[in-house]
Amino acid sequence: MHKKNGHPPKLAQRLLLSFLREDLSDEVLGDLEEKFYKTSNRASLFKAKLNYWHQVVNYARPFAVRKLKSTPSNNIAMFQSYFKIGWRNVFKEKGYSLINIGGLAAGMAVAVLIGLWIYDELSFNKYHKNYDSIARVMYRASRNGETGHSDHMPFPLGQELAQSFQNDFEYVVMSTFTEGHIISNGDSKFTKLGNYMQPDAPKMLTLDMIGGTHEALKEMNSIMLSESFAKTLFGDEDPMNKVVKIDNKADAKITGLYKDLPKNSEFHEVAFIAPLDLYLASNDWLKRFVDVWNSGNIEILVQLAPHAKLDDVSRKIVNVIHDHVPEGDKVYNIQTFLHPMSKWHLYEEFKDGRNAGGQVRFVWLFGTIGIFVLLLACINFMNLSTARSERRAKEVGIRKAIGSFRSQLMSQFFSESLLVVILAFTCSIGIVWLALPWFNEIANKQIVMPWTSQLFWISCTAFVVLTGAIAGSYPALYLSSFQPVKVLKGAFRAGRFASVPRKVLVVMQFTVSVTLIIGTMIVFQQIQYTKNRPVGYSREGLIFLNMKTNEVHDHFDVVRNELIASGTVLEIAESNVSVVSTGSNNGGVEWRGKKPGYLDNFNMDWVSPEYGKAVGWQFTAGRDFSRAIANDKNGIVINESAVKYMGLDNPIGEVVRWENRDWTILGVVKDMVVGSPFQATRQRIYLPLGWPGNVVSLRLSPERSTHEALATIQSTFKQHVPGMPFDYYFADEQFAKKFNNEVRVGKLASVFATLAIFISCLGLFGLASFVAEQRTKEIGIRKIVGASVYNLWGMLSKDFVVLVLISCVIAIPLSYYYLNDWLQQYEYRTEISWWIFGVTVVGALLITLMTVSFQAIKAAMMNPVKSLRSE
Amino acid sequence: MKETRLGEFEEVILLLVGILGEEAYAFKIAEEFEKQTGRAVSIGATHSTLDRLENKGFLKSEMGKATAERGGRRKRIFTITALGKRVLKESKDFKMALWEQYPAFAGKLNYEM
Repeated sequence: MHKKNGHPPKLAQRLLLSFLREDLSDEVLGDLEEKFYKTSNRASLFKAKLNYWHQVVNYARPFAVRKLKSTPSNNIAMFQSYFKIGWRNVFKEKGYSLINIGGLAAGMAVAVLIGLWIYDELSFNKYHKNYDSIARVMYRASRNGETGHSDHMPFPLGQELAQSFQNDFEYVVMSTFTEGHIISNGDSKFTKLGNYMQPDAPKMLTLDMIGGTHEALKEMNSIMLSESFAKTLFGDEDPMNKVVKIDNKADAKITGLYKDLPKNSEFHEVAFIAPLDLYLASNDWLKRFVDVWNSGNIEILVQLAPHAKLDDVSRKIVNVIHDHVPEGDKVYNIQTFLHPMSKWHLYEEFKDGRNAGGQVRFVWLFGTIGIFVLLLACINFMNLSTARSERRAKEVGIRKAIGSFRSQLMSQFFSESLLVVILAFTCSIGIVWLALPWFNEIANKQIVMPWTSQLFWISCTAFVVLTGAIAGSYPALYLSSFQPVKVLKGAFRAGRFASVPRKVLVVMQFTVSVTLIIGTMIVFQQIQYTKNRPVGYSREGLIFLNMKTNEVHDHFDVVRNELIASGTVLEIAESNVSVVSTGSNNGGVEWRGKKPGYLDNFNMDWVSPEYGKAVGWQFTAGRDFSRAIANDKNGIVINESAVKYMGLDNPIGEVVRWENRDWTILGVVKDMVVGSPFQATRQRIYLPLGWPGNVVSLRLSPERSTHEALATIQSTFKQHVPGMPFDYYFADEQFAKKFNNEVRVGKLASVFATLAIFISCLGLFGLASFVAEQRTKEIGIRKIVGASVYNLWGMLSKDFVVLVLISCVIAIPLSYYYLNDWLQQYEYRTEISWWIFGVTVVGALLITLMTVSFQAIKAAMMNPVKSLRSE
Repeated sequence: MKETRLGEFEEVILLLVGILGEEAYAFKIAEEFEKQTGRAVSIGATHSTLDRLENKGFLKSEMGKATAERGGRRKRIFTITALGKRVLKESKDFKMALWEQYPAFAGKLNYEM
């Protein structure tokens, strides 16, 4: 009768049986089934099933639920015991623990430092609240098939953007480029970096005002100072509404004070901001360009309107310059675009019309190194733990025999590794805290420990757990797999292949270390090679000053005669730019043999006739400028690259035409390295200076001490050039600064490489001592039958030497490939020499032997009687 | 009083076990409860109470016959123990005593109002 009424739901039955006391199952299932058939007869099958479920759920009552027999009721105690055993293990084997924790701490410290560095790099410019919508206007232009980029924008573009595209931009701010100006309060004068900007700048950059408002630049004769600069200028006085002089020309009232911008802001060096109109009023040269579309003189920053999308606006403005330039310049096909603030720092380079990365390379490079160094430390941990596994095999066997599950053993080993990682992490935070000032100096950063940052602690916790899991995974999975019977019977022997993973890990470690060492050496080789590059002038004893006033020019002969007479200075000269900067590039030069339609471009500097003697340039042909020959006003000096560029066979006396004037080539000098020393020198023309130079260079007499010479020069300057602070630069120091980036990378890389090899050696040391200990008896017997200490040392060291050799074989092509790639970015670059690889291999082997030998010799020297008696 | 304390539900279940006699097993008791009181109860809840009453010694049980409508499974038949009967009686007496003290009903031993 009830057959046709279906069956109770199987799943519900299974659920019931999963928790129901076994002795109840018969009666309860019976009762429920009776109920089920009755309901399905009376109502429907569906209702019956539903009711069955209801009844099952209602049986989940204490009396009916099966008691779990073997559930440990005290997990806390278990974990306490794990930590206690772990703690005891740490102290029982102090040597191993030291190597383990020390290595891991070093690795973690590196990882944390790199993490902080990367975070700082990624948060560059984020101080500005409009970070997401600020952009710099740039253009790309092509000449003879090559594409170039510039952020030097034509002056009228600012107004054009603000008017014709007013719906797309919240603000358009024109600004001068950041450069030094003299700011003086009475007699205290300082040369400080600053910008002249349009009045919307403070709002756009969201400056944090501590005096005045964001409207501070509305008046023409106003200026905003950074907090720290105001303090140097006025001390404890209230600087607001005081008047300072800029470049001894313009008076400006202090209408605003802003908090110093953090070091990871593009504008962190900007000590003052003054209105652009003030610059126009006091600098005649820029006035000439106010309506000129084909000359770039100004920087333009924009903030997009809330709805506007960067790419759309970029597309909209693409032809705005092109449409305005004179017909003759259309051939450059100038394309205007926006470069967003988020890319200013990390993606600042352009190549062939595209944004080509930049600093972000280092983020990747150091990120990779950080991960690898940490990995090395984890590998150490794994290696030493597995090496010691035989000692703990008995423990595992007993634990298993008295009822431990494998999962429990795994959690035991994981918690042990977590314990070690926590210890190591505590150490590493200490190391980072101590190393941070030093690291900041090398990396040129201002990173502080983010003690209060939630993100920091969350990522640290995640980092600890992750490292604990990675470091503990191998021992946890491996140790827990032992078979208790075999272990306890003593039959457990790591098989022939048990040490293979360990060996692979050692090879991995040394591959990374050797690669890092080779990399570091090549970086330094490149730096050294470039430092030794002939620069075409003599850097030593050459100083230069930036002129912000015309005082030197106006008294040039007096100053020159006085200084030379004093015997401290050999020569003094004026020029447009210093010997360490490139100055301006110009086209439109005509010469005999120039291909028609060729768009030429020359680097140019304007110099007074004494310039050559002052900087010490070297002639390959012709002669220098001379004040005595009046016609030299129409003469030029070119460099060797220019001769090649113009294709002149006999350049001296050749006449070139530029800006509607004829210029006779007087002489040819060797290429002077004025730009990046890593790049090829450009074709350069030196023209006679007809106006006050921006820079004065002085050649100091080698017979006087620099200190003495500077004092004399200063007193002479004080007399004739009172309006200017005596801020001088040594040419050799400024030249060395061109290597800052590379030196920084080299230093950081060498620190990381040293740590990597140190960590690897720690691991090797631990392994060697383990092997020596394991083979104590074997060594004893070998000694008895006549092996010498040397034989034994060779036997024990051989294994490790082979491993290191293998990693060298892997590392050499790897590093060759990557560094060759890295070198390609430099036009002036060294060849990778083979001796570097040789030295590295020999060095790695030596370090390995030294590390291993200590243990090997100790084991080999042991008295065999002792080692054989010990059990 | 302490040992004999019976909850209302327990008392009813105990009585139902007595009423059902040979047929007193969890499913039947639950059915009878629903029939007599009109209140829904799950077999589990009934079983739980039966188990408790047995632990207190008011009931005893033994496995009974299997029948076809329960898939050939046996049932557990509950019977009231002497202690159970005494507790029921005490409970009734106690309530009667209370009723008699209630002035409105004193003298009228009539339960219907």
